[in-house]
This record gives sequence, structure tokens and C-alpha cells, in this order.
Amino acid sequence: MTTTVSQPANHSQSRHWASDIYDVFKAQDIGIVSYVPDAGHTKLINLCESDTEIRAVTLTTEEEGVALAAGAYLGGKRAALLMQSSGVGNCINMLSLVRTCSFPFLTLITMRGEWGEFNPWQVPMGQGTPATLAAMDVLVERVTEAREVHDTVLAATRLAFNSSRGVAVLLSQRLIGAKQFLE
Amino acid sequence: MQNASLMLDRRTVVRELLRDRGELLLVAGLGTSAWDITAAGDHALNFPLWGAMGGAAVLGLGLALAQPSRKVLVITGDGEMLMGIGSLATIAAQRPHNLRIVVLDNEHYGETGRQRTHTASGTDLAAIARACGFPQVRTIRAMHEIEGLRSDIQQMNDLLLAVVKVALTDDPLALPPRDGAYLKNRIRSAILGPDSMLR
Repeated sequence: MTTTVSQPANHSQSRHWASDIYDVFKAQDIGIVSYVPDAGHTKLINLCESDTEIRAVTLTTEEEGVALAAGAYLGGKRAALLMQSSGVGNCINMLSLVRTCSFPFLTLITMRGEWGEFNPWQVPMGQGTPATLAAMDVLVERVTEAREVHDTVLAATRLAFNSSRGVAVLLSQRLIGAKQFLE
Repeated sequence: MQNASLMLDRRTVVRELLRDRGELLLVAGLGTSAWDITAAGDHALNFPLWGAMGGAAVLGLGLALAQPSRKVLVITGDGEMLMGIGSLATIAAQRPHNLRIVVLDNEHYGETGRQRTHTASGTDLAAIARACGFPQVRTIRAMHEIEGLRSDIQQMNDLLLAVVKVALTDDPLALPPRDGAYLKNRIRSAILGPDSMLR
């Protein structure tokens, strides 16, 4: 059995959308990037890990990234949390910190459990992701086209840090390309 | 039945650890730990949590990474630390030289009716920290060891976790401000200056 990632049909530019996110991180002074790895975030994680000005922090569970970002902000640094939609449920109570203290909080979420998903176990949390974030007062933006990634992530970053609140960008499975397992 | 070796008084321990604290940045886990640091004197460089259980240590990691020239102390309880047990691995992997974690271990969930935590059944948080890769680990059972811990917190240039075995006590409530936005802005202003509010 091998794993492949299908090419997103709408991605004709040679530049990968992960580089657009990385450019936003640099322009917006994101100094700490934490994550529980996801295949869809691989390129962005590699870019961050090879940048000596960005502290890349691997987490054991996604909620750590919420508290980490809050602590970083207290000390004057901006952080972002990368995760897969399956990690959103792990964050619910920790998002109280963002809401109660009015912390800026930026998270970029690669979606599973939708467009072409092969794994039924991903579907409940994937489908529940927008409602879960909304329940904890995190604003949700969604991107399905590669050409929208830069502006949407930039807008989300500005919104999070200028209005001191939680903002999530959902990177659609249609953008990332559905993971497929071939016999 | 409380373990007879748990003899230290948590309020006395915390007051001693915070004596002449200087510019120490202090995060406290929710509940009794937050009351303990407040009983020692509310302070602009305190960030006491009222929720976010399991997040105290890793919030301290974020603060330590953002402020590498300052010492960051997290004081929390055994129940709170157990909920964020994975964060010990995350913290050890980063090895921030300026972060210290003190777990006040009374082997019980004190705020909720004194139910036993896993440390009452043998879970050793110091051993877990050591196995995660913490370079400096202590287990403290005697008051005469507290001065050395205070000195390490202030001066050591390495990641430290200390489990302090404390008695199960009923201390008077000493509640910090409960407005989270106020607490956030207060410590940011104290660390970054009043202009931090304008950015």
C-alpha cells in the first residue's frame, strides 16, 4: 500500500500556496509556529523549521499550541498553530483562555473528512470543525483556491492581532488534495 | 489517608520561593496554586489562571521562548500537571534555559472534594520529567531544601522541574483578579512597557 497526494485541479501556478503562508508569517512577524504534524502542512512546516528566526515547536496535542500562543503573546511574540481538523476538538476548553483574556490567536487548519476523503473516521471531526470553532467564538475563514491563500491568511492574521481574538483559516481538502491509499 | 511524608506547608513554600523575586515572571495553574501565589502578594508580573487546566506549563513555555532574557516560573498542582502531562515532553524537547516548573504535589484534587490524584497511587511526576529529558529535576520533601530551590529558580541557566511534596491543607482563599483581559494587559505592560497597549 502506498500513499499519494492527488494534484489539486485548480493549482496551476508553479508557486505552492504554503510559500504564500510562509510569506505572511514573515511579513506579520510570526516568531513561533507550533504544530501537530499533518501531511497537508508538511511544506509549510519545513519552511518554518529551516528559518532560524522562527521557533518551530512540535506538540503532543493541539491544545498545547493554544496555551503556548497565549504565553508567547504575554512576552511580546506572535505565534501561529498549525493542525489538522481532527485536532480542533482537542482544543475546545483551552480556547476559553483566548476568549476570556481576549488573546489574539491564529490557527491554520488543514481539512480532512470532506472532499474525496478516504477515511471515514476523519469525517465526524472534519464536518464538526466549523461549528466547534464557532462554539468557542473563534472566527472561521475558509480557502478552497490556491490563489486565495495569501490574502485570506493575511486578513486572518491582521484580524486576530488587531482585534485580539481567535481566527481560524480552514484550508479545504480540495485545496490540499485528498489523500488516497492505493492497493 | 494522607501520606505521612507530605509535610510541607504549601503557603510557606510558595512565600519562600517568591521572596526577593525581583523580575521573575510567574504563571500559576488554576485553583489552589493561583490562591497560593496571591497569598504571597499579588504582583503585576503574575499571571494566575482561573481555567485552561493542563495549560500552565506550556503557557510558561511560550512566555519563556518570547522572553529569553528573563526567568519564568510556573507554579501548579499535581492535578493540573497531570492533565497537561504531554506538555512535559514538548517543553523538554525545546529545553528553554529560563523556564522552571514547580509542582506542589499534595496527591489530591484539593478544590473538588479531595479526590486522590494518580500521584497518590505512585505516579512520579519528577521521574516523568526526567524521562522526558528535563535536565534538572528535584523532589523536595524538607523545608531546608527550599532555599536551594529558590536560588536555582533565580540563578540557574537550565530547564528545571521540582516536585514539592506538600500537605493537604485548608488555606484561606486569596483570590487574584478574575478579569482575564486585565491580567493579560497587566503583565504585558509590566514586561513590555505601557506602549505595548498601543500596538
